[in-house]
Amino acid sequence: MNAKRSHLVPRLMVYLLVYVFTALWLVPVLIAIVTSLRTSNDIIANGFWSVPKSLSLQSYVDVWERGGLSHYLPNSFIITIPSLTATLFLSSLAAYALSRFHFPGDRIILYIFVAGMMLPFQILLLPVFRLFDALHLYNTYWALIIIHTAFQLGFCTFVLRNYMRTIPGELLEAARMDGCGEFRIYAQIMMPLSLPALAAVATLEFTWIFNDFIWALILIQNDALKPVTTGLSSLQGMFIANWPAIISGAIMGTMPTVLVFLLLQRYFIQGLTLGATKG
Amino acid sequence: MKTSAQQSRRTIPLTPYLFLILPLALFLMWVIGPMVYSFYLSLTNWTGVSAAKFIGFKNYVVLFNDPIFYTALLNNLKWLVSFVTIPVGMGLALAMLFNNNKIPGISAIKAIFYSPYILAPVVIGLIFSWMYFPDGGIFSTMLAELGYKGPAIGFLSDPAMATWCIIAAAVWRQVGYIMTLYLAGLQAVDPSLVDAAIVDGCNRWQLFRYVIFPLLNPITVVVVVISVIDSLRSFDLVFVMTRGGPANSSSVLANFMYIEAFNNYKMGYGAAIAVILFLISAVFIFIYLWRVLRTEIEY
Repeated sequence: MNAKRSHLVPRLMVYLLVYVFTALWLVPVLIAIVTSLRTSNDIIANGFWSVPKSLSLQSYVDVWERGGLSHYLPNSFIITIPSLTATLFLSSLAAYALSRFHFPGDRIILYIFVAGMMLPFQILLLPVFRLFDALHLYNTYWALIIIHTAFQLGFCTFVLRNYMRTIPGELLEAARMDGCGEFRIYAQIMMPLSLPALAAVATLEFTWIFNDFIWALILIQNDALKPVTTGLSSLQGMFIANWPAIISGAIMGTMPTVLVFLLLQRYFIQGLTLGATKG
Repeated sequence: MKTSAQQSRRTIPLTPYLFLILPLALFLMWVIGPMVYSFYLSLTNWTGVSAAKFIGFKNYVVLFNDPIFYTALLNNLKWLVSFVTIPVGMGLALAMLFNNNKIPGISAIKAIFYSPYILAPVVIGLIFSWMYFPDGGIFSTMLAELGYKGPAIGFLSDPAMATWCIIAAAVWRQVGYIMTLYLAGLQAVDPSLVDAAIVDGCNRWQLFRYVIFPLLNPITVVVVVISVIDSLRSFDLVFVMTRGGPANSSSVLANFMYIEAFNNYKMGYGAAIAVILFLISAVFIFIYLWRVLRTEIEY
């Protein structure tokens, strides 16, 4: 209906505005890329807007080797992959129970998960820190894996439950009549049917866990175990005002989430909207 | 023969509890338990080393007389107001503009707007710190080229500007997220209602004001609650860009709590700050839960 009503010239004006505004939105990203390819001396001496005499990947090499990215990045995966797997599995169990059964306490349990996912982290920091210390897990990968798995259960359970509720009960009822056990119904019928929601949640959770900063800050002190987020913040002290190096590190540190996003964009957006539009 | 559904109505079924036991136990142990325990810690003088001693509400009395607390609270308010106005307004405007738009490259344009949301806040903090950097950063360079000759402006080292400069970075991250939520909301708007309004002679503004916006009301509530919660959670950007400085001028409660608890080892005091932050958030969490309850009444 828009095309019929509006004339060509105003429409082209709108297009132009949209393109300009979109390009402006990308400016921080473009600045980061350009900075990472230049040298610190060049920028300081000639100003940011000067045309660089030469471009190089030296800053990337520097942060990878001296800046510690070569162990921060693998650490992020060591923490993210198990957390993601565990939280998806456990939340799908909870979601199955909360979506397919009525039982005393079902509402309260749902509310506990939903309220928990919205808490400010600060209310958890000290007790969690103390508990891991008591369990001798402070300063280990385990601490981060456990807290991510537990905390993300809230969001994952909520979204998966909302999705599972939309799956027709007849499918499950038929299997039940055939004498299928509940766990088999969950594993062989519900899980395959929930794959779109699982993919959506997995994509989003990968980004969130990978990008976590505060838990890594509180629970990992040992530089050899730091994930890339807290690793990056320590670059500021190491490469003082060497912005090409710091920004190269930032770009490298964020590449995994960017790749996941580019490959699985559709699921990413589904995840965002499943969490907000239902309920 | 009875179906299992009929049976389960009579006796309390064991199955759902078996499914729930592991995830619920983990959630209670690492999320709900710690939340409750923080309330207790806020009533102690725990330093992280010595044993925690119960001191009643002393931490709160000190807190309510601490000027930094009010600075942080005011900054949280700046974050909150900014979050529920700029990203919500821009996100809605962009969603209205992009919904069913035939503009060439529309999916790439949408992707560009929500791409900041996938970057780690730490990464955004570093990039914006560089942009604000007085010596060679783009803003100061740009000002110089526009003819500004005064002393270098430290955007993040100026107490009056620091918070707003951090909020600008946060807004850049948030807009695309809100846009995505509104785009999903617009997909659910019944096109026949829109058509009917056009037949009745609505202009575009009336169509938005009296038809589409009211239909988006449920998602707007969710968007506002999410924005408030996100604004109260702001920590990473503040930590990376200023650590709350200069002289605590850009501190927010989340950051203030971290510094008191983990840098100054006043853990009981830090817990009291966390409890205040929690109580503010709790209001909005309840609003959210109440929405869930109301819209699922048929459950």
